[in-house]
Amino acid sequence: MKAAPDPRLITRRRLFNRLMLSLCVGAAALSLGVLAFILWELVLRGVGALSLATFTASTPPPGSKGGLANAILGSLAMTGAAIVVAAPVGVLTGTWLAEYARRSKLAAAVRFLNDTLLSAPSIIIGLFVYALMVLPMGHFSGWAGAVALALIAVPVIVRTTEDMLVLVPDQLREAAVALGVPYWQVIMRVTWRAALKGIGTGVLLAVARISGETAPLLFTALNNQFLTVDMNGPMPSLPVAIFQFAMSPYRDWQQLAWAGALVISASVLMLNIVARTMAARGDR
Amino acid sequence: MNGISVETAQRRLPSGLFAELPFRWLTFGAAMLVMAMLGSMLVVLTIDSSPALGKFGLNFLVSSTWNPVTEIFGAAAPIAGTLITALIAMVVGTPVALGVAIFLNEICPHRLSGPLAVAIELLAAVPSIIYGMWGLFVLAPLLGAHVYPALIALLGPIPVIGALFQGPPFGIGMLTAGLILAVMVLPFIASVARQVLSTVPPMLREAAYGVGATTWEVARYVLIPYCRRGLIGGVMLGLGRALGETMAVTFVIGNAHRISASLLQPGTTISATLANEFTEANGDLYVSSLVSLGLILFAVTFGVLLCARFLLAQADRRAAL
Repeated sequence: MKAAPDPRLITRRRLFNRLMLSLCVGAAALSLGVLAFILWELVLRGVGALSLATFTASTPPPGSKGGLANAILGSLAMTGAAIVVAAPVGVLTGTWLAEYARRSKLAAAVRFLNDTLLSAPSIIIGLFVYALMVLPMGHFSGWAGAVALALIAVPVIVRTTEDMLVLVPDQLREAAVALGVPYWQVIMRVTWRAALKGIGTGVLLAVARISGETAPLLFTALNNQFLTVDMNGPMPSLPVAIFQFAMSPYRDWQQLAWAGALVISASVLMLNIVARTMAARGDR
Repeated sequence: MNGISVETAQRRLPSGLFAELPFRWLTFGAAMLVMAMLGSMLVVLTIDSSPALGKFGLNFLVSSTWNPVTEIFGAAAPIAGTLITALIAMVVGTPVALGVAIFLNEICPHRLSGPLAVAIELLAAVPSIIYGMWGLFVLAPLLGAHVYPALIALLGPIPVIGALFQGPPFGIGMLTAGLILAVMVLPFIASVARQVLSTVPPMLREAAYGVGATTWEVARYVLIPYCRRGLIGGVMLGLGRALGETMAVTFVIGNAHRISASLLQPGTTISATLANEFTEANGDLYVSSLVSLGLILFAVTFGVLLCARFLLAQADRRAAL
């Protein structure tokens, strides 16, 4: 028989347990604290700088009043164009992976490359599109910016589409096939419809991701001080305008940068929350 | 299960159904496009970086001269900066992320853990430029005025370690960039860690509690060893992100092409150099040198992600058993 455990050892273990668990609680409190701190500063500085002119006037030269209308419009145009291209490519690729290829070797390769693209540094994507489009065309353009954003959006959509389609039970497909429905119609009418909310969530998350991206736009769309919808020329965007203004020494520009930062964070967080609630509803 | 499985149905149906094959080829084409994107990225970056890499050779990796005027370029400073800031981010971010994951899975009441996990994941959704602005306007002045002077006074005189904390406390510099990166990678690591921790079979946990282990001992000697691979995979994912992050770093790194021992001094990273200099670069050699930097970054992050995916896949297989 062993002797009774040393009470001092037990006390020490208990104390150590309490210490480590408090550190874990502290870690969680710290992370939430940082999130709160960032949001607090953002709201505090952003709200003061926000006005109607932020949405109606174009970016000003230093020292005069202005807004971010051209940057917001540029962001919307490029994000929109990127999603129009990325959503079909992404959904079709996800469909191929989940419906046709499944466990083939080629599918594993596509999956792996897609995951790599998903976490590739976004500035490298900017560099690539610069070499691919800006150099041959000879000038920066909104189209190049849109392509860079699309390259970032595609892997997000591929991933969520495949994940969502895999969740659709095979019995649904088998039931439809048993009725004599061609497989492509099974996909369009049964599995896509069953996974619609999940796929929508993926597209929304992709929009959220690319609307905050700055790095890939720096050498593709560049920037522009004027209100423009000409995708063939350099195009302003909200993140690049924020970058330019925040790094500047002028106070009004920095103010505008904070206003822009608030606008962009609010929309990105909103998109995320909408996507999450949509996904949660889809689960039920 | 009897009857026709999906696989055999796919094989039987196509003939005579006019849209089946076109649709199938359409989805296949999209998948090949995704593959081609990554492939052409590698090819284009290699072609465009060849002038600089051909001229400077291996010297490009070890020289820290970066002189656009004389057109002599060496990547040592940005490479060192990238590695150092990412290392700081991992050293600071990993323990905190693990703590968060243990808190959410083991300590926190069940009803709270869902919303708290969402809140921490929202931290990952905030655009990186916001972190950069917050770093430049809020964190850097705070650290420069209150924390760094104390660090210099406290640790500066100690030999060896002291060399890391020298010079005037600017506020911007490698340490600030590393800390911002730590905040950015934290939610990534925490969410992967939470997922792998929840794959531990309940019997293991119950057995450990049954022999009288404390909560911490269960976490330290049962949970963490059990999902070691998955946890390392999560940390590598975070590392991949920290290496490639651009905007958050560009704001606070100071963009100085030199290697200094002190973490409090300005430096630069590959991504920050690209963001700051690419649009202003003139001359083929300058542009090509910058593209080479990008290629190096791509290769490094690719390697890290490869390890991460491999480890995570192994962890998955183990969880499935």
